[in-house]
Amino acid sequence: MTALSCAVHDSATMLRRNLRHVQRYPSMTLSLIALPVIFLLLFVYVFGGTLGAGLGAGLEPGSGHGAYVNFVAPGIIMLTVAGAAIATAVSVATDMTEGIIARFRTMAISRASVLTGHVLASVIEMVLAAAVVTAVAVATGFRPNATLLGWLAAAGLIGLFALAISWLSVALGLVARSPESASNTPMPLMVLPFLGSGFVPVASMPLALRWFADYQPFSPVITTLRGLLVGGPIGHNATLAIAWGVAIAVAGYLWARRLYNRDPAGSVR
Amino acid sequence: MTGSKAAITVRGLRKSFDGHVVLDDIDLNVADASVFALLGPNGAGKTTMVHILSTLITADGGQIRVAGHDPVADPDAVRAAIGLTGQYSAVDKYLTGEENLILMADLRRLGRAAGRKRTAELLEQFDLTDAARRPTATYSGGMRRRLDLAMTLVGDPRIIFLDEPTTGLDPRSRRAMWQIVRDLVATGVTVFLTTQYLEEADQLASQIALLDHGRLIAEGSPAELKRLVPGGHVVLRFADPAGITSALGVLHAGSADYDALTLQLPGDGSIGSLRTLLARLDESAIDIAELSVHTPDLDDVFLTLTGRSAQEAKA
Repeated sequence: MTALSCAVHDSATMLRRNLRHVQRYPSMTLSLIALPVIFLLLFVYVFGGTLGAGLGAGLEPGSGHGAYVNFVAPGIIMLTVAGAAIATAVSVATDMTEGIIARFRTMAISRASVLTGHVLASVIEMVLAAAVVTAVAVATGFRPNATLLGWLAAAGLIGLFALAISWLSVALGLVARSPESASNTPMPLMVLPFLGSGFVPVASMPLALRWFADYQPFSPVITTLRGLLVGGPIGHNATLAIAWGVAIAVAGYLWARRLYNRDPAGSVR
Repeated sequence: MTGSKAAITVRGLRKSFDGHVVLDDIDLNVADASVFALLGPNGAGKTTMVHILSTLITADGGQIRVAGHDPVADPDAVRAAIGLTGQYSAVDKYLTGEENLILMADLRRLGRAAGRKRTAELLEQFDLTDAARRPTATYSGGMRRRLDLAMTLVGDPRIIFLDEPTTGLDPRSRRAMWQIVRDLVATGVTVFLTTQYLEEADQLASQIALLDHGRLIAEGSPAELKRLVPGGHVVLRFADPAGITSALGVLHAGSADYDALTLQLPGDGSIGSLRTLLARLDESAIDIAELSVHTPDLDDVFLTLTGRSAQEAKA
C-alpha cells in the first residue's frame, strides 16, 4: 500500500473506533446538543421579544421574537460547533492517558491516524449537532429562505469551521495535562459568538469591542451564514470567514501534529 | 531478517530526563527465540529501556538494533517486527474484547476474513471466548492482561516486549501468564520482559540482566546470577527475648530483632546445616518457637551486588 492509502485505511479504522466510543458513551454528545438548544430557547423566548424589538424599527409590537430567531439562529449554530470542541478536547486528553495510545505509537501505522480519527468523528458530531439545532430553530420560528446553492454554501462553511475547530480542539486536548483541564481550555471558544455578530448587531457595541467583534473568527462566519440563510449583507465577510477557517485548520493541524510527535514524557516512569 | 543470531543489540545506550540520568551506558544482547529478563526494582529504568527499544521514546545516545533495524532511522521497520504489552493496560475500555482484537487486526491490515479468524483463535487461546462480547471495562485484572497480550500477538510479531507482565496478578494468573510466555518462545518468538521478581526471571529467562539506578550491575544465566548470591537465610523465632540472648551466646552470629523476637542467620537452608544448627541449640537447651528458611530473592541479589536492599534502592 502507498503511504496515502495506508493513512486513509488507518484513519478510517480510528474513525470507527471513535464513533463506537460515541455510541457507547452518548451522554457527552447529547449534552453537546442540549446546551445550544437551551440557549436557543432562552434567547428566543426570554430575551427575544426585547432584543428583536431593538433590532430594527418598523416591527409590529409582539413580533420581536419572530424576528430575533432569524437573527440569532446562525449564532446558535456556530455556538453548537464551538461547544463540541470541549467534547473533542476531553476525548483526546482522556485517550492520551490510556495505555492504548502507547500501543498505537509502537505499531507500524500511519502516525497521524489517531488524530485524524478524532478529527473526523468530531466533524461528524459537530455537523450532526448543527443539523439538529437548526431543525429545533425551525420549530421555534426560524424561517430560512435560502436557495439550494445557499444551503450548500452554508453547509460547506459550517463543515470547514467544524474541521478547523476540531483540529484546534485536538491540539488543546493534547496540550492539556488532564481531561479536567482539557474541558476548560476550549471555553473561550464558546464566548466568541457572544462577543461577535451572533446575538446582537456589532454596530451596537462600544468602539473597542466593536473592532474586536468585527474581525474575530466567528463574526464573519455568522454574518455570512445569516446572509446565506435569511438574507442580508455579506460583503467581505465570506472571504474573511474562509480565510479564518483555513488558517485555524492548518494551524490546529500543525500544532496537534507537533504535540503528538513529542516523546510522550508523561507515560514514562 | 539478516540471519544474525541477535534479536536485539544495544551498545552504549544513554537516556536522561531533565538532567537526571535514567539509563547509563547500557550494553546488551538478546538472542533470537529466547526470553531475556531485565530485572530491577521500581525506578531502576526498566520501563524507559522498553520504551526506547519499542520506539515509544528516543535515546540520547548509543547504538540500537531491534530485529536488525535502527529505531531512530527506521522506526516503522522496528514497529512492524515488534509487539508491546506495557505495564499499564493498553486495551480500549469502551470496546468489547472482540472489538479490541478486530481493531488490532485492522491496523495490522490483515483483511476482514483473516482478521476475524485470528481474533477467534486468540479469544480461544486466551480463554476469553465467553467474555468476547462484553466491554473490557467489566473484565478482571487477569482477563484484561490476557486480552492485552492477545492484542499484541494479533500481527504475529517476532519480538515481544512485556513490561512487568505479572505485577498485580494473583498466583494462578501469574502461572498462566508464565505458561503463555513459554508457549510463545516455543514458536520462535523472542521475549524481552522486565520484572521485579527474581523467581519470575528464573522461571522464564535464559538470560537475565540486573538493572540498578540506570546501570547494568550483572548479567548472565539464572544459574550464573544465583552463584553471585551466597544463599539465603534462616530465621529463628523465640518465645521471649531471653531466648534470643542465649542463642546469640551459643551461635555468635546473626542479626537479632528483639521486637519481632527473631534472629536472622545467613545460610542456604540445606538439611545438613539445619541439622547442625538445631543440634547446637538443643545442646544448650534453647527452645525455638519457629524456624523458617528463606531462599535467595531479589533483595539478596541486590544486597550482595550493591550493599543495599531492593527496598532501599527504590529511594
